[in-house]
Amino acid sequence: MKPALFEYDDPATLDAALDLLARYGDECKVLAGGQSLVPLMNFRLARPGRLIDINGIDSLAGIKLEGGSLSIGAMTRHVDVERSEEVAHGWPLLAEAIGWVGHGQIRNRGTVGGSVAHADPAAELPAALAVLDAKFHIRSKRGARTVGWDQFFVAEFTTSLAPDELLISIEVPPIEAGTATAFVEYARRHGDFALGGAAVMVKVARDGSCEKASIALLSAGPTPVRARNAEAMLAGKTLDEAVIGAAADEAVRDLHPTSDIHGSSEYRVKLLRTMTERGLRKAAKRAAGRT
Amino acid sequence: MSTSTDTIIALVLHGIGTSPLRKEDWPLVRGEGTFVADFKRPGMVHAFVARSPFAHARFTRITTAAALAAPGVIDVITVADLPDRGHLIPTRQFHDEGSRRFLQRPLADGVVRYSGEPVAVVIAESRYLAEDAAELLDVDYEQLPPVLDPDEAVATGAVLLRPETGTNVAGHLVVEMGDLEKAFADADLVIDEEFRIQRHAAVPLETRGLLAEYDPRRNSVTVWGAAKIPHVNKKILARLLGWDEEQVRLIELHVGGGFGARGEFYPEDFLIPFAAIRIGKPVAWVEDREENLRATNHSREQVHRCRLAVKKDGTFLALRDTFLNNTGAYVRTHGMTVPGLSVSMLPGPYRWPAYRGEYRSVVTNKTPGGTYRSPGRFEINFVRERLVDIAAHRLGLDPVEVRRMNLIGRESFPYVVGTLYDGHPVIYDSGDYRLLLDKALKAFDWERMKAWRMEPAAGALKRGVGIGYFVEKAGPAEREYARIELNEKGDVFVYTGSVSVGQGVETVLAQVCASHLGLPYERITVLHGDTETIPEGMGAFGSRATMLGGAAVMGASKALREQLLDAAAQELEAAPADLVLTPEGVSVAGAPSRMVPLSTLLKPHGGVLKVEDRFVCDLLGFPYGIHFAAVEVDPKSGAVHVRRFAVAYDVGRVVNPMLMEGQISGGFAQGIGGTLLEEFSFDSSGQPLAASFMDYLLPTSEEVPDVDMLVTEDAPSPLNPLGVKGAGEGGTAAVGAAIGNAVSDALGVEVTRLPLSPQRVMELAGA
Repeated sequence: MKPALFEYDDPATLDAALDLLARYGDECKVLAGGQSLVPLMNFRLARPGRLIDINGIDSLAGIKLEGGSLSIGAMTRHVDVERSEEVAHGWPLLAEAIGWVGHGQIRNRGTVGGSVAHADPAAELPAALAVLDAKFHIRSKRGARTVGWDQFFVAEFTTSLAPDELLISIEVPPIEAGTATAFVEYARRHGDFALGGAAVMVKVARDGSCEKASIALLSAGPTPVRARNAEAMLAGKTLDEAVIGAAADEAVRDLHPTSDIHGSSEYRVKLLRTMTERGLRKAAKRAAGRT
Repeated sequence: MSTSTDTIIALVLHGIGTSPLRKEDWPLVRGEGTFVADFKRPGMVHAFVARSPFAHARFTRITTAAALAAPGVIDVITVADLPDRGHLIPTRQFHDEGSRRFLQRPLADGVVRYSGEPVAVVIAESRYLAEDAAELLDVDYEQLPPVLDPDEAVATGAVLLRPETGTNVAGHLVVEMGDLEKAFADADLVIDEEFRIQRHAAVPLETRGLLAEYDPRRNSVTVWGAAKIPHVNKKILARLLGWDEEQVRLIELHVGGGFGARGEFYPEDFLIPFAAIRIGKPVAWVEDREENLRATNHSREQVHRCRLAVKKDGTFLALRDTFLNNTGAYVRTHGMTVPGLSVSMLPGPYRWPAYRGEYRSVVTNKTPGGTYRSPGRFEINFVRERLVDIAAHRLGLDPVEVRRMNLIGRESFPYVVGTLYDGHPVIYDSGDYRLLLDKALKAFDWERMKAWRMEPAAGALKRGVGIGYFVEKAGPAEREYARIELNEKGDVFVYTGSVSVGQGVETVLAQVCASHLGLPYERITVLHGDTETIPEGMGAFGSRATMLGGAAVMGASKALREQLLDAAAQELEAAPADLVLTPEGVSVAGAPSRMVPLSTLLKPHGGVLKVEDRFVCDLLGFPYGIHFAAVEVDPKSGAVHVRRFAVAYDVGRVVNPMLMEGQISGGFAQGIGGTLLEEFSFDSSGQPLAASFMDYLLPTSEEVPDVDMLVTEDAPSPLNPLGVKGAGEGGTAAVGAAIGNAVSDALGVEVTRLPLSPQRVMELAGA
């Protein structure tokens, strides 16, 4: 369990990193927190010819408020999001989701950018960012671009990042007043990848009815899955057990999660239904407590 | 005066029955331990074992040229390089004539029979270079269809691992007693049920590892990294090398857990010393986790088909069980230990007018098998205790009362079960099974647990409670060696044939020595695990070290004390009974000035008095216990939450209560893994699917609740002078049984398979 031979660069600036990416493209892999890449290299399942270690680029890390939106630098460690006051106040869903990411050691080292660029459909952050309609800021020598989450995540372990591109930061829009969120998942052990989970956001009107709902499921498909039909069903309804149950049924209709040794596709669909139900229930309860 | 008082205080503090700080801990807690991966020799090089990527394949050629030419490579060893293409690795116990045909050679010769089978050894200047070079080996594999399932292995027309034998059955045994036909005819209820226990394994946190060095001047080889049974493995290694035993020395370093798997003689235990001799340089090999999960013994995979005969008042009439044990691709050193223990101990703590047990141990294209903490018993305790609850459910009786009425009465001990353990009769040495049941029901407040079960649970959760009664076994391998040396300074050295796998054997043996020699615990050093300084030993397995090793240390301690006091009695003209031994010398009680120093007493012995003892005992001790589980099951996710777990265990006599509790807690954690999480899955081609800790789910502290304990000493063993029964396995033995019963109780559906994975639980719940 030793990695195959590779070259190593540790650029000190963003420009230097982009230069290297432009030069080596497909041959290289960006090393952020290393929590997924390094094990894959040790198993020789990943064999990059060159690692570009961006841990030395200070400008890539940090949490900022920008005009009501939250900006998370790609190299921000999970633990810093988990403990951020700005996040706790404005986007508690992110902190709640990160509580499910691996173990303390992994959260200390792992980065937000690394997690989303790895694009594991069982990962927590992509689903949370999908519910929050996050945007992804990307740079390369060729220029800068910004894409929505639904253009960023392409397939299992695949994003729309080109080989010469680097994820710079993630922008999370502000959450409207009267909104509550919840993140639920089930894994066989604490810290394992979820067998199924749901990130949920509901906006509740003064009369207690649901004005708007967002639901993103993890471990449900090749990317985070937004349950658009279920979301539409909830609009204008009071979030009682019957409504939540019907929305959960709708959310998992036509889902075909991948079977593995920890659970069949059929099991996972049932679990995702439970998770949707529990996520909605939890968010609705929080919304009610707030109004 | 003060010295003898200190001695007495030290004995009270640190003798048998107390919990002194462990002798082992100082280096370990300061990061000064020397595990095999920490151990270095000048000029050492590194081995990587290239393994089969296929579960079943033929090959005719291994091309090594490119690997040999790779940077830093010193040697590549294939089967053609081994004398006689390598000798079969023998079984060391539970031999079966039939199983000889299924033994493993150190390297595959023309056929690979499991994914992970050693095919070549690459020696290079570093592990990195060795792994790079191993990728350049070219083997002309031609894949063969695999056989994986034990039922498939015995089906007509099955793929055979050894076509020349005409069978995949490596071992077969029938044990029968009483009149089964009559018992089934007399039964009010007959229950037929099939039970399956999944393949899982010990998986100690420290993987295997070896460092071997050849000494050309003595024409001898030294191997560091031995564990569990160094003396046994010395014999096997000498035999496989074709050398005299004197040419082979095995040395134990710190060992990070054994649990049955670590320390057995594996192919690498030959290959690494062989490589060191061949190239004349020290060779180190440390197994990585990926290898560990594919190459180190698996265990537990069994399918039982049972028939229980019972009267309507709950009286057991007969038990019949026919089971398959999937031993994997080869029969390894344990021989038929696992199925042999299953078939001999299935009867458990109950009276059976008739019993028939039959096993077939079959080979398949999976990793070879061996023992794992409570081998063969974790499995059959699940089977038997589930059957008891099923019978109680069908008869409308209380499962606890059904157990009580069938327990072997205290008047019946020693109790001849009628089965055999590796040829020895299974005779329960002592016990009071009803007493322990009564004590446990009270101590753990069973009434309260039952009341809790009836209270409404939150959300969709369903509550259930269950118990599992079990008999464990302790102390096989009939003998153990001890030598005690006392020097003029009052330092005591205990040399034992038992070894450390992390269980605290140094502490326990020092306590036994302190109590029976009468010198302070702090002055006693326990030495073990070097085949050169210790002439013989049987090691540490099967909960035997305290029982046999302890008895030998007790014998030597008493003899040494007697010899010293007799000599001092002559000097002091006093009766031995009136004398006090201290690290300074021997004095007359109440008259400390009448003292003869140790230097005088030891002069005739050259300054060091040595006493040897060999404790021999052909029979096993049988500790017994009960596990209690209270669970909440979530039918909508399949989660099983163990809300409470309790273990009652009678071990005859406790030497160290803290270590006893540690054994139960650790054993329980492994039982949780086997019950809820751990499973070696394979795809249809025989590729292992749980080949890393991402997929092989060991329980973490998050998954293991605290366990309540009741340790009793109501039935000391008559088989050894300490009265102890080994205590290493009772924490694991009935976890599957008790949780299986509790989940069945919660769902109202009978659990018949482990593990209780979320998918299986959801299916059981019908959600």
